[in-house]
Amino acid sequence: MSFHPNEIARRARIASWALVGIFVLLLSAFFKTQVINYTKYSQQSETNRLREVPLPAPRGIIYDRNNQVIAENVPGYAVSILSPSADSLRAALQRLSAIIPISPEQIELSVRRFSHARNRPVAVLADAPFDEVSVLEERRIDFPGLIIQSAPKRYYPDGAAVASFVGYVGEVTEAELTNPKYQGYKTGQSVGKNGLERQYESRLRGREGVRFVEVDAMGRVVREAGAREEVAAEPAAPLYTNIDMPLQRYMAGIFGDSLQGGAIAIDPKTGGVLALYSAPSYDPNRFVGGIPPELWKSLNTDPRRPLFNKVTQGRYPPGSTWKLATAAVALERGLVKLDDRMPVACTGGYQFGNRYFRCWEPKGHGNLTLAEAIEKSCDVYFYQLGLKVGLSSLVAGGLKLGAREKTAIDLPDEARPTFPYDDVTNYYNRKYGKNGWSQAVVLNLSIGQGENAQTVVNMARFYTALATDGNAAKPEIVKDKPERTQILQLAPEQLAGLRAALAGVISNGTAGSARIQGVVLAGKTGTAQNSEDPIHHHAWFVGYAPAGDPKIVVAVMIEFGGHGTRAARIASKIIQSYLHVEPTTLINTDG
Amino acid sequence: MMRRVVNDWPLILVALLLSCYGVAMVYSAGQTDVPTVATHAWMAQIRWVILSIGLAYAVSRASVRFFEWAALPVYIVTCLLLVVLLKFGGGAGDAASSKSWLVIAGHRLGQPAELAKVAVILMLARELGARREAPRSLLELWKPSVVVGIPWLLIMLQPDLGSGMVFIGIFFAMLFWSGVPLPLLILIASPAVSLVLAFNTSLWGAWFLALLALVLWYRPYMWEGVTLMLANVFMGVLAPILWERLAPYQRHRLQVFLDPSIDPRNSGWHVIQSQVAIGSGGWIGKGFLEGTQKRLAFLPEQHTDFIFAVVGEELGLLGVTIALSLFLFLVLRAVRTASNANDSFGSLVAFGLAASWLVHVSVNVGMTLNLMPITGIPLPFFSYGGSFMLACWLSIGVMVRISSEGRGGRVGELAI
Repeated sequence: MSFHPNEIARRARIASWALVGIFVLLLSAFFKTQVINYTKYSQQSETNRLREVPLPAPRGIIYDRNNQVIAENVPGYAVSILSPSADSLRAALQRLSAIIPISPEQIELSVRRFSHARNRPVAVLADAPFDEVSVLEERRIDFPGLIIQSAPKRYYPDGAAVASFVGYVGEVTEAELTNPKYQGYKTGQSVGKNGLERQYESRLRGREGVRFVEVDAMGRVVREAGAREEVAAEPAAPLYTNIDMPLQRYMAGIFGDSLQGGAIAIDPKTGGVLALYSAPSYDPNRFVGGIPPELWKSLNTDPRRPLFNKVTQGRYPPGSTWKLATAAVALERGLVKLDDRMPVACTGGYQFGNRYFRCWEPKGHGNLTLAEAIEKSCDVYFYQLGLKVGLSSLVAGGLKLGAREKTAIDLPDEARPTFPYDDVTNYYNRKYGKNGWSQAVVLNLSIGQGENAQTVVNMARFYTALATDGNAAKPEIVKDKPERTQILQLAPEQLAGLRAALAGVISNGTAGSARIQGVVLAGKTGTAQNSEDPIHHHAWFVGYAPAGDPKIVVAVMIEFGGHGTRAARIASKIIQSYLHVEPTTLINTDG
Repeated sequence: MMRRVVNDWPLILVALLLSCYGVAMVYSAGQTDVPTVATHAWMAQIRWVILSIGLAYAVSRASVRFFEWAALPVYIVTCLLLVVLLKFGGGAGDAASSKSWLVIAGHRLGQPAELAKVAVILMLARELGARREAPRSLLELWKPSVVVGIPWLLIMLQPDLGSGMVFIGIFFAMLFWSGVPLPLLILIASPAVSLVLAFNTSLWGAWFLALLALVLWYRPYMWEGVTLMLANVFMGVLAPILWERLAPYQRHRLQVFLDPSIDPRNSGWHVIQSQVAIGSGGWIGKGFLEGTQKRLAFLPEQHTDFIFAVVGEELGLLGVTIALSLFLFLVLRAVRTASNANDSFGSLVAFGLAASWLVHVSVNVGMTLNLMPITGIPLPFFSYGGSFMLACWLSIGVMVRISSEGRGGRVGELAI
């Protein structure tokens, strides 16, 4: 080796500088990783170790007008599982299925959900019974990713009695998650599916909190709390409704199990919905935590359609309850006065062209005034009145009354009533062909048949105008500023006359069996022919009480219920229940 | 003649600091949420440090002449041990299929490759130090090549790529220190460079032309120049052709051998998690014992090969800078000892040890940041392991001895 000191010093210099260079290079690499890329790696490290366990927010409590609880939250248990991979999730669920009931379909569903949100636990049981929870707690050590937490559970103390307007909640579906309306929702969260729960979802939802658990590389939960500060769930504010729970319960009770139909009670001055019931109903509590598939199937295939809201979604020919509309349109146009008679007296029918139109009373009503015709519900009178008004005016007047408008009640999926519209001739030409119809359609329309199908809620809305000063109130379940729209442009004495006639219906007309002692009940029955069943008509009654100062408007419709007096008796009982007036013995004037 | 032994206290102090730092990190590496084999490693590590310091002291009492005398027997015994190992060796951890461990009756006694590093340094120093002039041609280099080549080959057969790299580093560093001109070193290394560049024709062409210029300027013997150029042509032109003719599984085997990170289930994941651990440490780290990547088992081999990632995660850039500064001081101090040694053997040994440390540190630390392939090479004074700790401290003992026999006064420009 060349060992001259100068040589050595030169090489030492080279070596030292090379060393310093290497270490500076290494340090700069660390600087780049730890300082410049700090955010990226720090996030990655947090993602590695933290799993978000959602803390469901208690949904807003729903109260009736006297702060009675309609929907609340009770303590429940939710079981979910964290997994590092789809395979280990499937394996864990298969082992779990030996302890608690999980079907193979549920396992596949959970695995599919896992692929959407790998950092969140997959729900196994949304509402676990206590005995299953205690079994799982005992065997927790066998399932390292298992998370058992208390979760508020929706509860409806009155069950089926309130389902018609409250609806129910369920887990958000995959289809809903792709809908922009449900942006921000995550798999496993519950969402309002029907009724108020759906209508007011954003107000009832609250804000979900999150708890962080720490997992290791094998996906085992090593720290349940304290890994990072948890974000507490924010419960939603309560929802105050106009519903009167005693009345709602009464209404549900009176329909019982056998009747099929719907009823609504509205405060005519504010539009506040006091009660709303669609029969048959269902128990919304069964939907919480996932409805059993067989129950879901039976609810959907039941011919009586329990999930179909007969008050807001069902469309029925209004029958004679519509005669008030015909009368109002004629009065508004000055074509008739309350004591005017028609050229042809009722002899049980009316000849129009080559067709004979029957009155419901085969014996005939004789010669009647408009007020008497309303009381007796004489079809022959109204045939002639309709002809006098004319088709286009009758339709235009009906449309002004809202015959083709949703009431905008705060429930989802309200149906729009069926009624002729735009240019009437065009409408009928389109429907039946150019020569397929005649002016005879006027006769049908004037007695609430023909191309007219109303929702129960829309008929109630129309009668709020009759019951007050001609302003129809928008039906509101949740307390809000009343919204009233003038739909009847009648002179006060005309309105008073109509109301007197309606009161007459109860005192000596078709609804004689529905008198209430002490208060005067005003209203109109309807016995509507329908295309589904030629023998069993839909029974209608729409009315209000007390006649002098109406506090409640009630619309009752019994599907295939026969004569309207049947609906009138039910309405009468509902009103009795609300006004606390002793019921009298009912006088049956049927036939 | 008895000399008064003047210990190189700064060197000893730095080695002690590094050992303490290392034990602390091995302790931290064991503090995981779910206990692992590393949980109690720190206690064994402390025992090894104490034993190693004791043996290092004993070694420092021997004279440099004794090391020179012992070089040949140690070298021969080591080579025999490596041969025996190929037959009876055992694996450990991730490298269970390799044969790097000396196993007797089921007990893993240590890794003879660590001993071989010291043996090769001593033997090479003896061989190079005995010359009056540094080798100036390839032919003159055959002896040093054989000295390194035999144990290198035996170790590559285990296979232990990491230790193989250390041998290459030691070989080149000691040739450089013995005065072999840089152009010749480049010429020796050129076929390997050609192999690496073979997959890009234009790069390889540029390299070949540069090499040609170097050969013409340096003017080695004619046959040497021709041989080197031919070797480069072979590597650059024939290697890709031969490569294409290999069966896919053979190719994959070679690729995994050269670069284990192409096997993402194991090594690739390791490097990513190591980078995440270091990067998430930031300026001052997550705090001692607080590293989440380590604690939750995202970091692999956290007490051995990837212990520096624990330093980065828990103590941040600050802890990294302190550790690297201590290493830099250690190596610079060794270079100073090499410059001040009063004979060529001691000087070469000191420089060889410095080179060995440097390769260990840069390859291991570079590996944690994915700058170097994963080779399973430990970090001196940090990585858990008895035989390596022993080798490190024996090197310190030798270094202290050489330093104390050397000239104290002369200080190089950059020396500390």
